[in-house]
Amino acid sequence: MKLVVIGNGMVGHKLLEELMAAHHTGLEITVLCEEPRVAYDRVHLSEFFTGKSADELSLAAPGFFAQPGLDLRLNARAVRIDRAIKQIVTADGEIIRYDKLVLATGSTPFVPPIPGNDRPACLVYRTIEDLQAMAEWGARSRVGVVVGGGLLGLECAKALCDMGLKAHVVEFAPRLMAVQMDDGGGRMLQRKIEELGVTVHTQKGTQAIIDGETARHRMQFADGSYLETDMIVFSAGIRPRDDLARQSELGVGERGGIRIDNFCRTRDRDVYAIGECALWGGKIFGLVAPGYDMARIVAAHLGALIKRKRSATNAPEFTGADMSTKLKLMGVDVASIGDAHGATPGSRTYQFSDERKQVYKKLVVSADGKRLLGGVLVGDATEYGTLLQMLLNGIELPAAPEFLILPSADGQAKPGLGIDALPASAQICSCNNVSKGQLCDAVSAGAMSIGALKAATKAGTSCGGCVPLATQIMKAEMKRQGLAVNNHLCEHFAYSRQELYHLVRVERIRRFDELLARHGKGLGCDICKPTIASILASCWNEFVLQKEHASLQDSNDYFLANIQKDGSYSVVPRMPGGEVTPDGLIAVGQIARKYGLYTKITGGQRVDMFGARLEQLPMIWEALIAAGFESGHAYGKSLRTVKSCVGSSWCRYGVQDAVGTAINLENRYKGLRSPHKLKFAVSGCTRECAEAQGKDVGVIATEKGWNLYVCGNGGMKPRHAELLVGDLDTPTLIAYIDRFLMFYIRTADRLQRTSVWRDNLEGGLDYLRDVIVHDTLGLAAELETEMQQVVNAYECEWKKAVNDPPTRRRFQHFVNSNAGDDNVSFVSERGQIRPATAAEKRERPRRIPITVETE
Amino acid sequence: MNDMMQGWTDICALDDIVPDTGVCALVDGEQVAVFRVGERELYAIGNFDPNAHAAVLSRGLVGSLGERTVVASPIYKQHFDLCTGECIEAPEHSVRVWSVRLGADGRVRVGPTAR
Repeated sequence: MKLVVIGNGMVGHKLLEELMAAHHTGLEITVLCEEPRVAYDRVHLSEFFTGKSADELSLAAPGFFAQPGLDLRLNARAVRIDRAIKQIVTADGEIIRYDKLVLATGSTPFVPPIPGNDRPACLVYRTIEDLQAMAEWGARSRVGVVVGGGLLGLECAKALCDMGLKAHVVEFAPRLMAVQMDDGGGRMLQRKIEELGVTVHTQKGTQAIIDGETARHRMQFADGSYLETDMIVFSAGIRPRDDLARQSELGVGERGGIRIDNFCRTRDRDVYAIGECALWGGKIFGLVAPGYDMARIVAAHLGALIKRKRSATNAPEFTGADMSTKLKLMGVDVASIGDAHGATPGSRTYQFSDERKQVYKKLVVSADGKRLLGGVLVGDATEYGTLLQMLLNGIELPAAPEFLILPSADGQAKPGLGIDALPASAQICSCNNVSKGQLCDAVSAGAMSIGALKAATKAGTSCGGCVPLATQIMKAEMKRQGLAVNNHLCEHFAYSRQELYHLVRVERIRRFDELLARHGKGLGCDICKPTIASILASCWNEFVLQKEHASLQDSNDYFLANIQKDGSYSVVPRMPGGEVTPDGLIAVGQIARKYGLYTKITGGQRVDMFGARLEQLPMIWEALIAAGFESGHAYGKSLRTVKSCVGSSWCRYGVQDAVGTAINLENRYKGLRSPHKLKFAVSGCTRECAEAQGKDVGVIATEKGWNLYVCGNGGMKPRHAELLVGDLDTPTLIAYIDRFLMFYIRTADRLQRTSVWRDNLEGGLDYLRDVIVHDTLGLAAELETEMQQVVNAYECEWKKAVNDPPTRRRFQHFVNSNAGDDNVSFVSERGQIRPATAAEKRERPRRIPITVETE
Repeated sequence: MNDMMQGWTDICALDDIVPDTGVCALVDGEQVAVFRVGERELYAIGNFDPNAHAAVLSRGLVGSLGERTVVASPIYKQHFDLCTGECIEAPEHSVRVWSVRLGADGRVRVGPTAR
């Protein structure tokens, strides 16, 4: 079968994914995409302005279009369909034959027919090219207006704010988000958005756009008032792109849209239409989830035909879609569920509003009070998942439904939905069509963390709105299977690391024995001891080798060096920011030569010396300390290095002092014990030579200050760091890093890198930004104080160790002999030592005797 | 007292071993890991970790797994039962056990090895 798909947007691409996943034989697909790039995530398009690149927004997995049977044509626009001979003609005049055709042409932004709407800097918000145009004009503008106060319009206003413009929203209707919000919700939303610096003008009809006096344009309104602005973005709704269907007489609705049946077929049995260009039951569905449904239905229908089933009538059918939505607009949670306006005859409403906290909630229930019909949530949408499931599954309401939206008194649990009340078929993730049953199956198959569940089912990977509910289901299912939601650290402590951290802080516990006596059992083990040693160090920062703490330390921390495969150690002195003087380098070289150590430059811009014997470590460190070096903590779950480029001091492109900042950061956080190791980097300009976006904390210089990226990782599972906040001055940068690190230390699991922690964080990046930047938990001052205490308590561990006789005595291989470990032996390779292999050890004569010059 | 007793090697004072850690002793040319658990309990097993081919067990973390008192190898973290020398994750890589005792003089002595 030769299939042609016109359009490679989100929905068109979903169809391709579904078809390719089914591995049909004999299916050849040609994809015509008029844009210069493959499908990208339009739902998260505004993230383009907060640092996501076009590549990062791409929906196509690497190598997707290289699969056999799939022919992608970029910059290829279809201009005509000849249905009689089953051919498509492209703008280049190419003719493509088809057996089956799918139209996934999407929609175009509606630009109201206002005189002057085609002036320069009058734009729309739909494609990456549109965003690039916005960024270009934005750089030359002070004031920006969005025409249209709908969902997309408000996102667009945020983009203008992010670019540093004074933003206005002009809306024709009397309230924002008129389709989804009632009056109360719209008012609360408007107030919150105005507090964020966006001016909202409702009930304004624009009559003309002319030259402005103080800005590029003047918008003249029907009521005689006007507004001056440098740029205008139209976001006044969408119009289905149905011109191909009109030309080929496929049947379109009065107000546009290609008419389709329940299998998404047009009046021509060989032509389907899906997504925002399709009209089903008189409705256009402008959300991605119904579009994805349509894609799945067409994929199933085509699949049935390919398998030569005479009739494909058993294939799934489109039955309409629930248009409930939840989103975060400029940091404000907004949700609309079902019949938000209470339009159902006989329906009754419950409303709650808190003007101080700026929360508005409304429920619409059936006349008999038993069924939920709809709702509106502004300012706090935590109940969205519960309410939506009640609506979709027709679950009977509790006797007093108002408690579903009323704030609960302290400590009292809200009347929950009861996950058990949900049928297995209940759709939890509407973006990726994942049911409760599928989630439970994934848990049975071993997905026991939200990260694993996402990877196994794709639930929560598109809009993320279902993550809290999916987490609840996972926990309930684990409990039901007797898997006990066991986040206990180990058999000695029936607590998670987070809980233990809390106990240590609250009860001001300073000793492992004390914690074990109060909250644990047994002797402890190699899991809980280092974990609690790390917690104690994060909280109180006492010397890790003092008597009470020494026995808790992993071997690396116990000897303040990295144990290697043969039991020898490596030594890494700190070189903050990767900066080292010639004298420093010479000293390191002399010490390495004296002790016969193998030297190598690390990825973190410092020197690693291998092959030190236990008894040599204090002597090596005495020499390093005398040369001005400190412990590099390469052995600890703690800050390793802050990598840097040379920055503005030397580089002709640098805009800030990257090395100076890296050194300050490294000196501030050196010795900080954390759930896992931490790596930073500072780049002096956007060329990003320090590779800061692959680090736990990445700092990139801008003309105005610093952009702060967090939760990146290289290594086994690379993850790009995400922009937390931009253009910071140095004190604010440090305050935010303080908060970020302490919040991570407080809440992460044992040995959980920031990247995995972030992937498992309910609420994701928005939540993290709320906590760190907007201080929604009211923790900022506390976190900064805690960090300052750790910083103040810093001491070089090696300096302390070599000067403390009881500690120093432990650095010998035999307690009763001055001999060394005869099992450690080296051979020569490329002019340096390396550990002898087992075979080499058997050939004794080739061994290199260790010569240590005695002092 | 028992200093002259045959087959027992005086290795160190009890205070030379930090509670809940180990030291390595040279006993008749062999490396023996001696552990102090709590204040006065002593154990001795071979120091050579057969999993890692490195003489490191005395540097492992001491703890309990269920009823067993164990040390975790610092290289690949296998656990060895301090009473029997059994490697719990890989019994074929178990180690030998030595007798060890604390004299009234506060000295730690390692005695004969057992299979």
